[in-house]
Amino acid sequence: MSDPLNTPEDAQQELMAFMAGGQEFCVDIMAIREIRGWTAATPLPKTPGYMKGVINLRGTILPILDLSARLGLGTCEPSGRNVIMVVQIANRSVGLLVDSVSEIIMVKANEIQPAPSVAMDEMKALIMGIIPVGQRLLSLLDVNLVLPEIEVEAA
Amino acid sequence: MTKKILTVDDSRTMRDMLMLALTDAGYEVVQAEDGIDGLETLEREGADVVITDINMPRLDGFGFIEGVRANPAHRGLPVLVLTTESSVEKKTRAKEAGATGWIVKPFDPVKLVDVVRRVSG
Amino acid sequence: MSADDPFEAIKQTFFLECEELLTDLEASVTALTFGDGDGETINAAFRAIHSIKGGAGAFGLEELVRFAHVFETYMDELRSGRKTCDDTAIRAMLHASDVLADHVSFARGLIPSMDEERSQTVANELRALMDGGGPVVAAAPDPSPAADPIEAEFDFKPVMFDFGDASDAPEVVAPEAWTITFKPHVRLYETGNEPALLLRELARLGPCQVTLDTSELPALTELSEPAACLSWTIELDAPVELEAITEIFEFVEDECDLVILPKGEPAGSVEDSAAADVGIAALLAAATAPAPAAPAAPAADEVDIQALLAMATAAAEPAPSAPAPTPAAAVAAPSAPAAKATAPTGSAQAAGGGQASIRVDLDRIDKLINVVGELVIQQAMLAQSVAECGLAASSTVKVGLEDLEQLSREIQDSVMAIRAQPVKSVFQRMPRLVREVADMTGKNVRLITEGEATEVDKTVVDRLAEPITHMIRNAIDHGLEDAEGRAAAGKPKEGTIRLAALHRSGRIVIEVSDDGRGINRERVRKIAVDRGLIAADANLSNEETDNLIFLPGFSTADSVSDISGRGVGMDVVRRSIQQLGGRISIASTPGKGSVFTMSLPLTLAVLDGMVVRAGGQTLLSPLSSIIESFTPKEGDLHRIGARDWVIRFRDRFLPLIDTGRVLGFSKPDAPEITGRDGIAIVVENEGGSQVALWVDDIQGQRQVVIKSLETNYRKVDGISAATILGDGRVALILDIDALVVLGRQQANQSEFKIAS
Repeated sequence: MSDPLNTPEDAQQELMAFMAGGQEFCVDIMAIREIRGWTAATPLPKTPGYMKGVINLRGTILPILDLSARLGLGTCEPSGRNVIMVVQIANRSVGLLVDSVSEIIMVKANEIQPAPSVAMDEMKALIMGIIPVGQRLLSLLDVNLVLPEIEVEAA
Repeated sequence: MTKKILTVDDSRTMRDMLMLALTDAGYEVVQAEDGIDGLETLEREGADVVITDINMPRLDGFGFIEGVRANPAHRGLPVLVLTTESSVEKKTRAKEAGATGWIVKPFDPVKLVDVVRRVSG
Repeated sequence: MSADDPFEAIKQTFFLECEELLTDLEASVTALTFGDGDGETINAAFRAIHSIKGGAGAFGLEELVRFAHVFETYMDELRSGRKTCDDTAIRAMLHASDVLADHVSFARGLIPSMDEERSQTVANELRALMDGGGPVVAAAPDPSPAADPIEAEFDFKPVMFDFGDASDAPEVVAPEAWTITFKPHVRLYETGNEPALLLRELARLGPCQVTLDTSELPALTELSEPAACLSWTIELDAPVELEAITEIFEFVEDECDLVILPKGEPAGSVEDSAAADVGIAALLAAATAPAPAAPAAPAADEVDIQALLAMATAAAEPAPSAPAPTPAAAVAAPSAPAAKATAPTGSAQAAGGGQASIRVDLDRIDKLINVVGELVIQQAMLAQSVAECGLAASSTVKVGLEDLEQLSREIQDSVMAIRAQPVKSVFQRMPRLVREVADMTGKNVRLITEGEATEVDKTVVDRLAEPITHMIRNAIDHGLEDAEGRAAAGKPKEGTIRLAALHRSGRIVIEVSDDGRGINRERVRKIAVDRGLIAADANLSNEETDNLIFLPGFSTADSVSDISGRGVGMDVVRRSIQQLGGRISIASTPGKGSVFTMSLPLTLAVLDGMVVRAGGQTLLSPLSSIIESFTPKEGDLHRIGARDWVIRFRDRFLPLIDTGRVLGFSKPDAPEITGRDGIAIVVENEGGSQVALWVDDIQGQRQVVIKSLETNYRKVDGISAATILGDGRVALILDIDALVVLGRQQANQSEFKIAS
């Protein structure tokens, strides 16, 4: 703390913590555009099961992805308690349907640990690391990978 | 002081060319699109030299020059006529209307500036 | 040349201006063709050609200038009344306009080559008309420019616009020195010329000794009317050429007595006055000083030339009084000159006084249109929520909301109007097309246009030209009879093509009609049967028969002609119109003619759709693809194979696509088609084949704003785009072609499953 040099390991990162499929995750807060309550989506034909459909976000068509289903944690039957995190992926906006958002946490880069290999396939691919916070364990999600239908250049 | 030149021509190309040549030579340029616009612009903005086309809608160059000369305040104002016709008839008519001189299109920018200087100092 | 090159930028401006000028020219000539022209129309045509020539000269576009010059000269003959504007003249003007347009296109690099022969022929035609209106010499194999009176008179030399240095010094030859005597007339002052400046110009040529002669200056008391009483003798001690001197006096040679002689020759009548060696400045001072001072011995002091010029100018002003006292106020009042204007003969724009306009980036307008679209949707959503609250109709909220709705609609209309453009720009290209096709077919054709001012979104205007071109070609080539045919039918020799635009129920309608032979239904039917497009015993109404010409592979010409075809049939025309969300149909009266009617949305940002329900979802089917919808009767539906269905429609059986199932919206255990109520919508795909879509329900027609799915997601199979309905929900717009393909794939898959 007293080290005047702000080394990369020391660099603080702001993350948004949220619940999906009953588990705790977090994403870089910079990726989040806004958080909205759930509104019914219009289903899209011929799309993967985790695609909930599209909603009207102030005139643009926003695709909604069920993050729980995407992570292999079972599909979410959304209700008024669920929220949509609107995230920016490349130059697109995508809505992630999650259970709830909890808080903003500050972590240093050296507090993030590599994801253990025990994780499920779907999840392993999307998790950049895990962060222990007190008694809790948060998985750091790479939003750039959640929509494989959209080609995203590696950040 | 920078001299102000009013160019009156219905062709945008011609106006742009005059603008380029004259501003390059350090003159300030105001533009009008036909004779009537020219007279109004002259009253509004004033000018040290006027360069006008002959063939224009609404009010042609001859009418425009007569309009300029009708105002005693502009009796000594140099008015140059732009014309593709090198015929004597056109020059004579322009002279009768009160033109100071003429510039034959297509003009050479150097000559243009020469002529402007010749009539305006 | 780089894009930043101001010269190149002006050249681009020039070409854009040429486009406008050619359009003006076309309009003028067209007006003359119909006898609606007057002197001002000819004048306007002359000005357009003149402006093109003027600009072309500056850019060294010699061929263009050469042709424009001949054309202009001819127009000047017409303008002055030396030649009459008769049918021959108009025909020549039409040809010349086309050639002029080609010259511009060639100079601009839009066409690869210039038909020089045609250009020469048309130029010669114009010359022949000027030379006394004798018969046009068709064979003019010797276009030697020198032999031509016009070419000879035409002293054009391209002066390239060059901003290089001004080192254009006069060549040194000729006498060692000159003596110039110069006596201005009153008129010299009246035309804004200034002796002081002329003397200064002379001084630039070399050392000058200037002597002022004031001998003619009357005494102050006698100075009743200002006259030019001063004269100068200038000894120019420089071996310059005579032209260098005459050039200085170029503008005033008729407004002064001027004698220019090599030094030493008799100096004429100018008296040698006292002062011998006086600087030009002092002389000028004397010249411009108040009259009484003039006779005094010239002061020999050097005077600052600027100060002098200032004095000279000041002095010049009171000098010449108005010989013809015109009311001084005439110019001050801006409207006064308008009354003096020589030109306006009822020209509509005359009093307009410059319509103010600004250029706006198209992107900004699109953004505005989008946002306003959202505003309208938001307002509709708000209205719906308020309605659900059950407020009284008279409540202030409801009343306010109604006002808001009104305002939103007005804003939307106004915003759409920003992008709206008259179809004039497209219509004006058609007279030339008609002339060309008429020439090729040897038919006599008159084109009438109506509704040129009808406005439509810019993007739509740009895409109208192609289908209209095809329709007109077709009308002349196939619709109109040849001369004998018309004579036999008792019709006027000249066939008429009418091109009209109008607004009808929120769409733009373009009609192309001819007074030709009409559709030969027997023949059309036979061709359709021969080519297997319809069954031999098909029972078709007249209208249905006429519209067979739009079927792919149908061509009424026995051989596809170069004119209407270029291998393109009416099916392609229809497809290009459908892509714009439009429809086309034909109505024909045998022996009387045909009318092609195409209707398009006013903008490509909106779509007319039919709102349907299928598999529990609300979907939109583009109205332009829909032929008919109906509730099938008992026995209309038939199963073929394991899962395929067909439906009877006008004596034919069409494949039936279960929309909800194909898109995967229906539950897997949903009953088969026969097990539920539904409606069949007969649609037509791009290829022109028809299928029926099975939907649960039709909810009505609606115009919707098209929203892309690709902005935030990707292309979805079977869906072309999305839209937002009044309740704020997203509804998907069906992609009919993709849906048909999907249906076919699923059928194949199921067959495959059964087979395996």
